[in-house]
Amino acid sequence: MPADLFGQALNGLAYGVLLFLLSVGLTLIFGMLDVVNLAHGSFYMLGAYAGLSVIAGTGSFWLALLVAPLAVGLIGALVERSCLRPLYRRPPLDQVLLTFGFIYLFEDLVKWLWGGRIRSIPPPDLFAGSTTIFGATIPSYRLFVIAFGLAMAVLLWLLIERTRLGAIIRAGVFDAEMTAGLGINIHRVFTAVFAFGAALGGLSGVIAGPIQSAYPSMGVAILIPALIVVVVGGLGSLKGSLIGSLIIGQAETFGKVWLPDAAMLIIYVVMAAIMLIRPQGLFGRPLK
Amino acid sequence: MISRLLAFVLVAVALALFPLGAGSYPVKLLQEILIWGIFAMSLDLLMGYAGMVSFGHSAFFGIGGYVAALALAKNPGLVSALVLPPLAAGLAALVIGFFSIRVSGVYFIMLTLAFSQMFYAYTFQVSWLGAEDGIVGIPRPALPGVDLTNLRTFHGYLLTLVVAVALILWRVVRSPFGHVLRGIHENEARMEALGYAVDRYKLLAFVIAGVIAGAAGSLYAQFNGSITPDAFFWTTSGEALLMVIIGGTGTLGGALLGAAAFILLQSLVSTYTERWMLILGTTFILFVLFAPGGIVGVLRGRIGLRA
Repeated sequence: MPADLFGQALNGLAYGVLLFLLSVGLTLIFGMLDVVNLAHGSFYMLGAYAGLSVIAGTGSFWLALLVAPLAVGLIGALVERSCLRPLYRRPPLDQVLLTFGFIYLFEDLVKWLWGGRIRSIPPPDLFAGSTTIFGATIPSYRLFVIAFGLAMAVLLWLLIERTRLGAIIRAGVFDAEMTAGLGINIHRVFTAVFAFGAALGGLSGVIAGPIQSAYPSMGVAILIPALIVVVVGGLGSLKGSLIGSLIIGQAETFGKVWLPDAAMLIIYVVMAAIMLIRPQGLFGRPLK
Repeated sequence: MISRLLAFVLVAVALALFPLGAGSYPVKLLQEILIWGIFAMSLDLLMGYAGMVSFGHSAFFGIGGYVAALALAKNPGLVSALVLPPLAAGLAALVIGFFSIRVSGVYFIMLTLAFSQMFYAYTFQVSWLGAEDGIVGIPRPALPGVDLTNLRTFHGYLLTLVVAVALILWRVVRSPFGHVLRGIHENEARMEALGYAVDRYKLLAFVIAGVIAGAAGSLYAQFNGSITPDAFFWTTSGEALLMVIIGGTGTLGGALLGAAAFILLQSLVSTYTERWMLILGTTFILFVLFAPGGIVGVLRGRIGLRA
């Protein structure tokens, strides 16, 4: 039984790390642009399908892991430049609504280009088998996901906390107008952050492929858990996104084991409870 | 004022006469538009007047549908069809609203979304509500001397209710209460400073919207004869939101027009091409970008219609 529990905890960790990769882009975009990007799940879906095509064309998962996020990042940059930028002077909810429209657009685009059925994405050969640790057998690919996600968390932390670009982003999150006043081209930073967030969404789509397959409504399905993570952790907080992901990952996985009848409910209850007790989330800045 | 009432009556009469000259498919489409129109109008009261953008309005639509399904199976009367569902939805709105109005903006969106998803998750899993298949075989209410399974009779029934809801909402937004809501939309802090109990006004608006959404959900269940957990899913709220924005927020009539645009687009475009979601998404994006006032805003600008 302990081995079973350990296996479940690892599964939960893999799911949590995946949620982190996805939600961190969402939280970065919100922190910087004040936009809750409802199309973030669509970037995840686009990433999975772009990855699928790269793998079909080249046979290399690793190339897909590189190319698909770049492609999705480019799409993100286009969306921000063409549609979001003209709306910055409007109430912030207009931008949220705009991103809602992109959900329909992207989902149908994917159906058009790739068809509507479920497409499985094979894991890379290196991690195709399964591994036994402490008596628990889990697919090797999930261990890779855990390691990859945690490495990305460290890299992102270094990027944000230790580089000049990171300093600009932190300044922009804190006060965009002031940052612009200091001579930073804040619009370019907005585009870059949106593209980067989209690329992270795409990256998590490729990573999720071998676990969850690719299907057109995958974006709509994953959006809600990602939003929950961001709200639980605190909108705009990198740390919150990591901790929130790990909590939701475990809550969902163990919910399915222990309370199968209420499994789907649990994450919403967790979210509503946290919002009522601490509306800004675990690590968010207090609300005005 | 007189001319608007006249226009309202003319439109209602035209809609009432529609089944006489049209086949059953167009009439069914129109009925679907009317039902979604009620739902969209209730959301418009929240969004367009009180400034509360909710992504959880499907909660009340779904509750209305499920309560109607259960009640009509027990006793197919008007109480089961038109009293219990809105009442249950209103009660739920009271509870959900009590918690949700403490936060605003993006946080309000998230909290309402979470609540509606709870209902989705619950109905999706429990067997007594049919789990993911939902409830089928819902009877239409049996009234003495009236056969609501008849297309034209059901049309009259629906239209009467749409007219009633439109008049009620029209009355609500023109009342002092409606003006306070608009004041809250413009500047919440100022209304608070003026001594209005802002939270109570917001809660009441939320409950009224919930009651009407519950009625729409009940009609939807009667129309289809079935209800599934999808009624609760957040994209149902999203679709109503699309309708309100495409039609024009804060105009009520816009919500009806938006519902018409949405349903017609969905059914007409899908007869020519499978790409209706692409066209719908693009249409929506273009409206948000270039015509934030929706269809009504465009009409007002072009033919100089006055508010």
